[in-house]
Amino acid sequence: MTRHLAILLLAGASFAAAFGVRATTLPMHQVNDSAVVEKSLPRLLSQFRFFEDGPKQVPAYRVMPYRLNTPLYSDGAEKLRFVYVPMGEQVTVANDGLLQFPVGSALIKTFAFGNGADRRLIETRVLLHRADGWLALPYLWNAEQTEAELAVAGARIDLTTPKGEAISYRVPNKNQCKECHGLDGAVTPIGPKARNLSAEWIEASFALSPADGGAMPDWEDRDQASAEAAARAYLDVNCAHCHRPGATASNSGLDLRWEQDDPKALGVMKRPVAAGRGAGAHLFDVVPGEPDQSILLHRMLSNEPGVAMPELGKATVDEEGTEAVRRWIAEMPAR
Amino acid sequence: MTRIAIFAALLAGASPLAAETHTITPGDGAQERLQEALILAEPGDEIVLEAGRYTLTDGLSLDVDNVTVRGAGMDGTVLDFTTQAGAGEGLLVTSDNVTLRDFAVENPKGDGIKSKGADNIVYHRLRVTWTRGPHPENGAYAIYPVESTGVLVDGVKVTGASDAGIYVGQSDRITVRNSIAEANVAGIEIENSRNALVEHNVATRNTGGILVFDLPDLPVMGGGNVIVRNNLVVANDTPNFAPPGNIVAGVRRGTGIMVMANENVLIEDNILSGNPTAPVMVIAYVQPYDDERYNPLARNIVVGENAFDGGGYDPQLDGAEMLTAAFGGELPPVMWDGLGSLYVAEGTPGWTLNLTEQGKGLGAARPAPLTVEPPASAFDASGIGAPAELETRLK
Repeated sequence: MTRHLAILLLAGASFAAAFGVRATTLPMHQVNDSAVVEKSLPRLLSQFRFFEDGPKQVPAYRVMPYRLNTPLYSDGAEKLRFVYVPMGEQVTVANDGLLQFPVGSALIKTFAFGNGADRRLIETRVLLHRADGWLALPYLWNAEQTEAELAVAGARIDLTTPKGEAISYRVPNKNQCKECHGLDGAVTPIGPKARNLSAEWIEASFALSPADGGAMPDWEDRDQASAEAAARAYLDVNCAHCHRPGATASNSGLDLRWEQDDPKALGVMKRPVAAGRGAGAHLFDVVPGEPDQSILLHRMLSNEPGVAMPELGKATVDEEGTEAVRRWIAEMPAR
Repeated sequence: MTRIAIFAALLAGASPLAAETHTITPGDGAQERLQEALILAEPGDEIVLEAGRYTLTDGLSLDVDNVTVRGAGMDGTVLDFTTQAGAGEGLLVTSDNVTLRDFAVENPKGDGIKSKGADNIVYHRLRVTWTRGPHPENGAYAIYPVESTGVLVDGVKVTGASDAGIYVGQSDRITVRNSIAEANVAGIEIENSRNALVEHNVATRNTGGILVFDLPDLPVMGGGNVIVRNNLVVANDTPNFAPPGNIVAGVRRGTGIMVMANENVLIEDNILSGNPTAPVMVIAYVQPYDDERYNPLARNIVVGENAFDGGGYDPQLDGAEMLTAAFGGELPPVMWDGLGSLYVAEGTPGWTLNLTEQGKGLGAARPAPLTVEPPASAFDASGIGAPAELETRLK
């Protein structure tokens, strides 16, 4: 955790240093604020000017890289996350610990596969905070890796994951963005909650010290966290954007948010509602001590559409994530 | 870009513009072309799906209010999801005032057409079919509106769902009518919903024909005010093929119309024939539960005049042989567990398990002929059914 943070802070510092000198003379690498807020759908990612060098993913002035303690699983994609807050605007923290970015802000996430010279950018998803709310748009990188173009209908791309699995990778369409980012009918950011960010980074970036800053375990160091903390962080990040009140899977009654402490809402001895064949031969979402009888794990271990969970955003089983959930259920005392 | 300018003009209060029609044809790139049309549509627009078979590899979704998706008929326009690789349903609608009509969905990997939080939706002359017939690996629901106010399902045909053909969940102001539900586990299911009218449907060859359920541990509970009338509920004798974890996996083969939990349900003027376990079954929720907000009993259930062609002649119940022998060869058509409150029209025979406690199983059953009062007053039908304005979209 300390190591990642140091790298991030260093990166931020070096960008800031570079632009501290150049920003006044080279405004071209400032973000195009009107593209973020005006009522249009920019066709090209470069129109936003989020990057000094898009193909190399070098961010522009005031576009800050960040990382999450526990990330969403995306078939092992490398994910480059950035946040942009316009000059003079202030970030706040909501009751649920979600950072509140002012209008004009943008969250930018690029998905890449391959290492070093072989790295291939697949897509960049942007969340734009406009006056009428957040807008989610997917941009698909071209074969030449020079530009990314708006793909409102999404796409499918054949690629090989770091584990060597050949998959048909799904770039989500604009509506699918909302399936995960929708809450009470509106698009909302999911990732940057104080509890899933480094407290030091929040302090350094926004001069905020939220109470639960950094509360979720660092995924790389999950062996040092309790089985419960690791699994609950994983479920919050990977499942709770849908499985919570007001979101896409609210009708299931399953609420996998970090802050939920009712065992039934978390699926313990809860019968499924609309799982259909997704339930397999099992009767309950989570059976304490019996991971192999738990629908929750059964669906995470499936790759079959109609059974597999999450429904969107992955084509392969997350071995590490399912192991963390297995450990949590296995260690759970019987009720 | 033009569209954005138009939208801006609309926002600025300019006079409303004529709705646009976007015509989609089958063939190469249908997935992208159709999905793009669904995303870029503006309120008031109509998306026309020309006749033919559309090969779709991913789920489709619509999130724009007041859009009509219209095909060339439930056998003319077919959205074929046989090679679907992702998403939990064929088509997902999350916006209000949407009309879906005159097309078919075949072999979706999960549910067929789902609408969630989509108020005032109309499903008209649609077909959702799993073409291999009953199979536990078919999707759960064919037509699946949930968490919505204002639902009209009219003239649809659903076959092969491994849970329910037409499933309306956690919703209010509902009409399901003129539809055919065949060879599903449950033909039509109204669950955790209020003010539902189920009429003029055919439910046949399902495991259970028409189910009215209320379940615990859900965001919306307290199902009730449901009328099931003028339906043909015939030969629901398909062995249950639901995956075991599902609530409908407990539905016995040969159940005609079944009420579990709920309050204020009227069952009247239906024709019931060939439902070998129970033409009509009224019971409390059968499992243990610990949700304090939940009432597991079936309360004020009214069985009016119905046409019964026989009763439970081959019941899938423990001790079936003894039971049928005790009742002279077959069980009377109305089965009750003895909990909650039931009223049955004079002259309609029934039997009761005479249970005294919910969730204790059938061990304590003391079967006996049914002796309950006839309904004392007319059933209060006010507010039941979809809002009348949805009718205007059927033209």
